[in-house]
Amino acid sequence: MYETTYHRASSVDDAVALFGKGTEAKFLAGGQTLLPVMKQRLAAPSDVIDLSKVKELIGIEPTGDGIVVRAATTHYDVATSNVVQKAIPALAHLASLIGDPAVRHRGTIGGSLANNDPAADYPAAVLALGATIKTNKRTIAADDFFKGLFATALEDGEIITAVSFPVQAKAGYAKFPNPASRFALTGVFVARTPAGDVRVAATGASQSGVMRVGPIEAALKANWSAGAIDGVTIPSAGLLADIHGSAAYRANLIKVMAQRAVITAG
Amino acid sequence: MSTIKLTVNGRAVSVDVEDRTLLVHLLRENLNLTGTHIGCDTSQCGACVVHVDGRAVKSCTMLAGQAAGSNVTTIEGLAKGDELHPMQAAFRDNHGLQCGYCTPGMIMSAVDIVHRHGGKLDEETVRHELEGNICRCTGYHNIVKAVLDAASRMKVAQAAE
Ligand SMILES: Cc1cc2nc3c(=O)[nH]c(=O)nc-3n(C[C@H](O)[C@H](O)[C@H](O)COP(=O)(O)OP(=O)(O)OC[C@H]3O[C@@H](n4cnc5c(N)ncnc54)[C@H](O)[C@@H]3O)c2cc1C
Ligand code: FES
Ligand code: FES
Repeated sequence: MYETTYHRASSVDDAVALFGKGTEAKFLAGGQTLLPVMKQRLAAPSDVIDLSKVKELIGIEPTGDGIVVRAATTHYDVATSNVVQKAIPALAHLASLIGDPAVRHRGTIGGSLANNDPAADYPAAVLALGATIKTNKRTIAADDFFKGLFATALEDGEIITAVSFPVQAKAGYAKFPNPASRFALTGVFVARTPAGDVRVAATGASQSGVMRVGPIEAALKANWSAGAIDGVTIPSAGLLADIHGSAAYRANLIKVMAQRAVITAG
Repeated sequence: MSTIKLTVNGRAVSVDVEDRTLLVHLLRENLNLTGTHIGCDTSQCGACVVHVDGRAVKSCTMLAGQAAGSNVTTIEGLAKGDELHPMQAAFRDNHGLQCGYCTPGMIMSAVDIVHRHGGKLDEETVRHELEGNICRCTGYHNIVKAVLDAASRMKVAQAAE
């Protein structure tokens, strides 16, 4: 790892001020992505600004029609939260599948969304549930947040402070994990709104990161059942192809994971 | 350089390290606690697992500065004098190790698993929760056996207290 200067922020304002003073500063939350990248010398921030102890960034609260998860809340705390398990059990389940216990003890929802790894789990939930991302500057709808591989709508120095999830009528998540890394070879989150609209998001599958899956949304809107997906065709153009699976294999995985997600959603 | 104050295995320590120092290096190189191992550079093997404020974490994926003010327990902090921790004893009795390289991390993860699940632990849970710890020797069967054995020993010990 190259040399760097560590700062522990005491508040969001303090973090913004510290960021402004560094020549090439970076925020650090759970460090489960940034530190491995720094260890491999693929990133060399002059300053790392630790958000993980900022009290206003930690915690989960129920709202009238959903829940708010603050950005530095760990995957473990989301997976085991009574509030999340009661309101959106699929979200707690998703968090329990991220990496392994030690990763879940440190990694945070804000770090995962800011990083927008094309195989990360949270982006699928945020997109399918129609969540809203709150930052120190503004509020961003899920549909406007993800901008392709490792890219988001965040500006330089902008901090995610919380994610607001509406409770939907039905929600489910299923992932086929890469057996070595546990990241999604393909993961699908399905949700049906109280008005009967359906949103389906797939992660790990597309060359441009998390995506909505229109054909499955249409099939599930007409008939909310795993069987409704049988006749859907997913084009393999634009899907990832690598040592773990071809594009056609991932196209089929999208269907199978969507079916399993519908079954868990009930 | 920064001065990091933290508690390690119940002892208050203060160390001067570069800001880029990882917790695992502080433990091994500054405190000579070489029981915590480094088995990879990708945060995947779990040989470096220690407890920070009661939670199992990969000490190779945490800056020393992030642990300032925390309470850290390493493999050296488990036994009471000559009396092994029930998890250590169960690994020995069940032949849960061969070369032993992964063992400190396995044991620290396993103790964390038992703390979180208590008596409700079953084989499937142990296997799922040990996903972050890689062993190149044993094939895992005896590790899983050891963890389940220790879980019942720890339950008995708790009931006796
Ligand atoms: C072995 C291993 C297995 C993993 N498996 C999975 C998996 O199965 N699924 C999965 O989804 N992920 C997986 N991960 C990644 C993990 O979920 C990370 O925790 C997550 O991607 C990043 O969160 P973090 O809090 O650790 O962020 P950090 O590593 O601290 O930061 C990541 C990036 O986000 C930025 N950032 C952090 N917080 C904020 C914020 N509040 N506002 C703005 N920017 C911010 C940082 O500047 C940095 O660029 C795995 C990681 C490891 C090491
Ligand atoms: S040394 Fe491999 S995970 Fe820490
Ligand atoms: S006993 Fe050799 S790596 Fe596990």
